[in-house]
Amino acid sequence: MAEIARDAPERMTAADGTPLKAALARAQGRARRRAFLLVAPLLVFVLASFVIPIGQMLHRSVHNPVFSANMPATTAWFGANPVGTEPDEAAFAALAADLAAAAEARTIGAVGTRVNYEMQGTRSLFTSAGRKADDLEAPFRAAMLDLDRRWGEPELWNTMRNVSSPYTANFYLAAADRFRDLDGGISRVAPERQVYLTLFQRTFLLSALITAICLLLGFPIAHLLATLPLRYSNLLMILVLLPFWTSLLVRTTAWMAILQGQGVLNNALVALGVIGDDGRIALMYNQAGTVIAMTHILLPFMVLPLYSVMRNINPSYVRAARSLGASSWTAFRRVYVPQTLPGVGAGALLCFILAVGYYITPALVGGASGQLISNLIAFHMQNSLNWSLAAALATLLLAAVLLLYWVYDRLVGVDNMKLG
Amino acid sequence: MKRFLFLTSALASLAVTAAAQEITVVSWGGAYGASQMEAYHKPYQALTGIKINSVDADNPATPIKAQVEAGNVTIDVADVEPSDLVRLCDEGALEVLAIDELPDGADGTPAAEDFIEGGLYDCGVGTIVYSTLIAYRTDGTAPTSTADFFDLEKIPGKRGLRKGAKYALELALMADGVPPAEVYDMLATPEGVDRAFAKLDTIKDQVVWWEAGAQPPQLLADGEVVMTTAYNGRIFNAMISENQPFELFWPNQILDFNLFVIPKGAPNKEAAWEFIKWATDTQRLADQASFISYGPARKSSAPLVGLFKDGKTEMGPHMPTNPDYMADALTTDIEFWADHDIELNERFNAWLAS
Amino acid sequence: MNAGRGDEAFVAFEHVQKSYDGETLVVKDLNLDIGRGEFLTMLGPSGSGKTTCLMMLAGFETATHGEIRLAGRPINSVPPEKRGIGMVFQNYALFPHMTVGENLAFPLEVRKLGRAEIEAKVKRALDMVQMGAFAARRPAQLSGGQQQRIALARALVFEPELVLMDEPLGALDKQLREHMQFEIRRLHERLGVTVVYVTHDQGEALTMSDRVAVFNDGRIQQLAPPEELYERPENRFVASFIGENNTLEGVVETISGGACTVRLATGEILDAAPVNVTRPGERTTVSIRPERVEFKPENIPPGVHTVEAEVLEFIYMGDVFRTRMRVAGNDNFVMKCRNSVGQRKLEPGERVPIGWAPHDARALDPL
Repeated sequence: MAEIARDAPERMTAADGTPLKAALARAQGRARRRAFLLVAPLLVFVLASFVIPIGQMLHRSVHNPVFSANMPATTAWFGANPVGTEPDEAAFAALAADLAAAAEARTIGAVGTRVNYEMQGTRSLFTSAGRKADDLEAPFRAAMLDLDRRWGEPELWNTMRNVSSPYTANFYLAAADRFRDLDGGISRVAPERQVYLTLFQRTFLLSALITAICLLLGFPIAHLLATLPLRYSNLLMILVLLPFWTSLLVRTTAWMAILQGQGVLNNALVALGVIGDDGRIALMYNQAGTVIAMTHILLPFMVLPLYSVMRNINPSYVRAARSLGASSWTAFRRVYVPQTLPGVGAGALLCFILAVGYYITPALVGGASGQLISNLIAFHMQNSLNWSLAAALATLLLAAVLLLYWVYDRLVGVDNMKLG
Repeated sequence: MKRFLFLTSALASLAVTAAAQEITVVSWGGAYGASQMEAYHKPYQALTGIKINSVDADNPATPIKAQVEAGNVTIDVADVEPSDLVRLCDEGALEVLAIDELPDGADGTPAAEDFIEGGLYDCGVGTIVYSTLIAYRTDGTAPTSTADFFDLEKIPGKRGLRKGAKYALELALMADGVPPAEVYDMLATPEGVDRAFAKLDTIKDQVVWWEAGAQPPQLLADGEVVMTTAYNGRIFNAMISENQPFELFWPNQILDFNLFVIPKGAPNKEAAWEFIKWATDTQRLADQASFISYGPARKSSAPLVGLFKDGKTEMGPHMPTNPDYMADALTTDIEFWADHDIELNERFNAWLAS
Repeated sequence: MNAGRGDEAFVAFEHVQKSYDGETLVVKDLNLDIGRGEFLTMLGPSGSGKTTCLMMLAGFETATHGEIRLAGRPINSVPPEKRGIGMVFQNYALFPHMTVGENLAFPLEVRKLGRAEIEAKVKRALDMVQMGAFAARRPAQLSGGQQQRIALARALVFEPELVLMDEPLGALDKQLREHMQFEIRRLHERLGVTVVYVTHDQGEALTMSDRVAVFNDGRIQQLAPPEELYERPENRFVASFIGENNTLEGVVETISGGACTVRLATGEILDAAPVNVTRPGERTTVSIRPERVEFKPENIPPGVHTVEAEVLEFIYMGDVFRTRMRVAGNDNFVMKCRNSVGQRKLEPGERVPIGWAPHDARALDPL
């Protein structure tokens, strides 16, 4: 009774007696369906071109079923026996059977490559064993050891146990210059093999430097653009945007022609007598080349958000500050600059994120010291074909960028960012 | 009934030829791709009417791996390096070829014996032999030994090296006095690797690293480097076609094959195999040498190699397979690189980044 | 010109000219003295040069020619921050990234005042505009009227002797605007600062100012106290710009001793006070305020000429009746009469003679 009393006043009805809520839902449903149909193509596109590939990348970085799929008996033996079990005759029998089957299916190389990722120099162990696996006879332990002593090494069995699980965090360990040692603990790889942490660090430092230079160069340009009369600023804007309309490769190659030892810049300096012919400055195939070329390429990404913010800053703010007694510098610093922060934030974030992922430019002009992490991702994609490691590196990069975004959101607020 | 059978079989054969009207061949582009176009694609197209789609890739092995993994293969034939061939073949990404169907050499030698050692695999058929070696500008000091490449006092200036462990490590060891025959044994030991990197250390800050084969001639032409490792065909092209003042240093050249392969699940497998069989016969391999200075993978092709397409350059002295250059040449050990590629390149990348 | 209430000119413009493009002058030979403590309004349509004058005074525009003096000192080359002039902007220009308190503290901080002193002054200024509770708010959290008060407080907090206001009430609705007019007037009287106020709203100018300078076409058309401006406009522009106004075109018939007669196109004669006319035969525009027009014979001064009017429209407006009529071919001639007891409502179509006291009809410059 009490319930009815409470419900009664809420049950409004439309003129034809249907409940008002139902009528409203029906009325809005059409509009909602139409809106959904309008955005559906974009939704499908984003799903297909962004969400699914990123999901696949994340998946690939932890999922590598090559061993478990092609060595089922050995994988089963690992499943049945706990860590630390000495490989017995059954284990070797399973291994021999798997090797023979994998050799027959021509997947032995993939298995060897997978184990080789974790333990160097084992690939040929698998391929050569695969060639002879058909001839192996019981007792398999002795026969395998006869083939190669290394089949008895605990480290090899430990590695095989590691890779027998289709899901693994080992690619992330590798991406952080670490590996799982015999005891299952995590150790750093030998100093001469450490590369990824150094490159991550260099990537972030160089990207920060490039972002800072872009800001220093872009701020005055954007200010000029925002304050000039429209017909001049449009012309200047075209100059700023020109790099956008030129192929990245063309621009990078142009920088090579300018920066190289016998390039335009060095030739001009020599001709002017600023430097001697032997004193040509190395501006390319090093970090300087990467920084110069990338700054040029990323500058528009800094200028555009800054410009859009600056255009909307009413000149009366600076006038007000000056009428209140502030010098032009103080007015600029305390009143103008703070109001450009949304543009600075957006531009810096954009530049930094783009710089962190840049690949062609450092590959062409970076030399050895100007390489960034993306060049190694490309290396693993194209040369070593170790896509799991490439995915792990890319995921770490993505995570770092998201972390940065989060920090930015906490410090400045993302809604305080203006992209244009 | 008879008539019906005739119709269906006619339709079926029509369907087969229709499907095989096109094959897609992925190769490396540049002067090399052009030479294949001239020696293989155009004549084959004229002969059979089958259209050949020629696609360029930085490394044709990459799209093969991608397409086979994705289960959507569009490539019919690809031109790959031996190390990639071995790896892809082992991973089951390539079709196994009926090697015994290859035609005999023009002199009657069976194909299995006609191909130069390392030029025939069950997943691939060799086309050319090329060489990675030292190229230098003739207006500078000419190197007289491989060691000169690492001698900054004798020949000061920047040097170009291919970015990667392959070639760099071999060259370093040979410059350090290791005979070509012992290079891979040495590299298989940790000490050998350390020794190679120690040698590379001596010129590390003077090295310009190149990645694409088109870069070394450009670097030399720009005067960015005084000498560089390079693919002999690219330098030949610059010397003969562009009259660049370059010269090659043949001793200790490192020999490699390029091979035709068919990716697993290629859409026009049969047509692709027919094309490969035709393109790798004695005459066609010899023909290619008229367009680029890479040696033919068949021994029987050597006598047929004549003049360059300009009609005056004798190709013999520009062939890596010229007996004069073979004495202290090093042939790339494919198995070695298949096993150690990852490990040595990781070490190389770390060395480069430090 | 006279110097208003002050003894000597506090602000002086002398032969000031301003051109932006080097071809046309937006301010043409401006001479203006403003007395200390005076409330002077620059009134005019947009593009009349009034804002440019204010900006030259503030220091954001430089005079192309002439001299501007503040307290006897030439300030042409003094940068704005050294002039010590408070300013209220049209959009308030409150710094959006600072709180109200920080906005007010800003002019004091740049003057390097002590912390305690700043706090005291900020509090006093906020209390002055009844916004004491809002020091921690951001400008975006305030209503338009509240922002206006803060802008006012900020312009006054460093105790300038001269405050410039550039259409400060333009963005407010009518009721709030009237209230703020009163507040600004009250602050002016209380603090005794000199105020130069720019507006295009003549009602605002009349209610607030000691004197109004009416700008048009880069010149001051008339500089006078509000009453004089309304009652005795010196030219046709001022007459039409300030208040409602009927005009009749004609030719001076006779002129003698502060009175003249004008013949209209219809041949009718009317009486007027000569302002911009000196001799018979001159063309002139006669201007009459609607509320000075009479139609009851008993209200028309005896002995003056009357003109025939045809009633076109009668509008009941509560306190007044508004009658639109055709007079000498002018269809927009308006008469306003008070809704007093026994006031007669004219019917459209009715024809009545209308008249006025001769001094209420001003014979001004011709069209």
